[in-house]
Amino acid sequence: MNTIKGTILFILLVPLITFACEPILNKITAAQNVIEPSSPSMTRTRTLTVFAAASLTDAFKEIGAEFETQNPGVRVNLNFAGSQILRMQLEQGARADIFASADHKNMDALAAENLIIPNSYQDFTTNRLIVILPPENPGKLENLDDLSKPNLKLILADPSVPAGNYARQVLTRMSEDPVYGENFASAVLANLVSNETDVRQVVTKVELGEADAGIVYLSDVIAIPGLGTITIPERFNIIAQYPIGILSTSPNPDLAKEYLAYVFSPAGQGILEKWGFTARE
Amino acid sequence: MRSTPRSIPRSKKGDSPGWKFILPSLVLLGLIGLPILALAWKAANISIIPFAFTESAISALKLSLVTSTVCVVVSILTGTPLAYIQAHWSFRGKAFLDVLVDLPIVLPPSVAGIALLMAFGREGLFGDWLNILGVSIPFTTVAVVMAQVFVSAPFLVRSARIGFASIDPQLDEAAKVEGASTWHVFQHIMLPLASRALMTGIILSWTRALGEFGATLLFAGNLEGKTQTMPLAIYVGFEQGLGIALVLSVVLLAVSFVLLVVLRRLELQNQH
Repeated sequence: MNTIKGTILFILLVPLITFACEPILNKITAAQNVIEPSSPSMTRTRTLTVFAAASLTDAFKEIGAEFETQNPGVRVNLNFAGSQILRMQLEQGARADIFASADHKNMDALAAENLIIPNSYQDFTTNRLIVILPPENPGKLENLDDLSKPNLKLILADPSVPAGNYARQVLTRMSEDPVYGENFASAVLANLVSNETDVRQVVTKVELGEADAGIVYLSDVIAIPGLGTITIPERFNIIAQYPIGILSTSPNPDLAKEYLAYVFSPAGQGILEKWGFTARE
Repeated sequence: MRSTPRSIPRSKKGDSPGWKFILPSLVLLGLIGLPILALAWKAANISIIPFAFTESAISALKLSLVTSTVCVVVSILTGTPLAYIQAHWSFRGKAFLDVLVDLPIVLPPSVAGIALLMAFGREGLFGDWLNILGVSIPFTTVAVVMAQVFVSAPFLVRSARIGFASIDPQLDEAAKVEGASTWHVFQHIMLPLASRALMTGIILSWTRALGEFGATLLFAGNLEGKTQTMPLAIYVGFEQGLGIALVLSVVLLAVSFVLLVVLRRLELQNQH
């Protein structure tokens, strides 16, 4: 009996200690931040929840941090996943203020279900695709044509993921060009070894060297210097439009509007450009 | 948390009421039972059941059944001798071995997937040797089975070990005095006596293999007909609308349920 009591006590102690340590941890992280919030006691802590496509991970982390420093007392909670998974979560009643999708399809679906405030829905940035190779280039790829070499290991995002859908559109466009020939897309897809559930998984597995090539967003490779790349010419490339919108169930619609304004501001657009996105035309 | 028996009014005479057992049990049963009931209820109300048996759903079901069966066979062939060693032999580092084999039970499957990649991936620890042999494991059906064995075999080993350990060692000695070989003793005395524990282990590891998701996604990837098992198809099926994912879930639920019932029957027969 004593052993059981001891075990239960121990299990209860772990989260307690974690909670107890939180102020200390916060102090440590606060000490690293140069800008201290001017009057934290004046404002109540408000939490803004942002659901964003996996490809926005780095850019939105930075935008979120900047927004927090500009708005003392505001916490930005970020949830990154494939746009189709986020849409699914929102349809099933997940609470969020903002949704940033990597394509129109998933945003349109939510808008059609009246889950997005209509006038808040607009495109905020664009992205392009690029072929990535592991640092050592084990598949010895030199140009786009090499993607159809037999026995190559290619990874794409699943067709349900925006990046996977765009990658297939690129291959289809290339097949329409006589230089590559109409069998190009099917020859490339014959090399497919996995459909990943979000675009960052493609990056990680290629980075690990488990596959010879992958097709991802330009913004995905900015953060990873070692990767080899093959550029996809404009005439084949897809310009992915990224829409953003405020959820009609948003607990903080006013704060969400401010966040959107920051994303569209020169500072927000600058951060997006820094991470490989292209500013709005 | 401390209970004070005196402050709780005793209902009726003498013996304490069964509520102290029933109420907490109901909470847990509700947590387990209600979602399963809801899943079946929701799926039954959707008129797209014919769509659930698409080509990809059927190939995922087939792949799941084939890989989990191979996984269990491999687990039985390798896990039973290991469990026997653990139960009846004593050697240095035995405690370490016990912990090592039990580790996958408590390990998150994603950790298992990363560990498998680090060992058997192309750039993994043994990747170069495998490359020389012309073998590449990730993204193959073999990788699916390896991920399943990694996460599920320990259930079988653990159960079998407990079974073997509970057999009276004097039986073993007596048989050896009679001139029986170790293998003979294992085959004709130990295996039959531990069969119930073995069956439990098989049930647990088979169902665990059938449900394997995280390690498979990381180590084997996701390709229809090759590495896309039922749990992966369900996860990816989100995109085609909740309906298909729901129906696929119910199919997996039914398959797991039938498997549990069949194996439990076997287990009961073995008892007699």
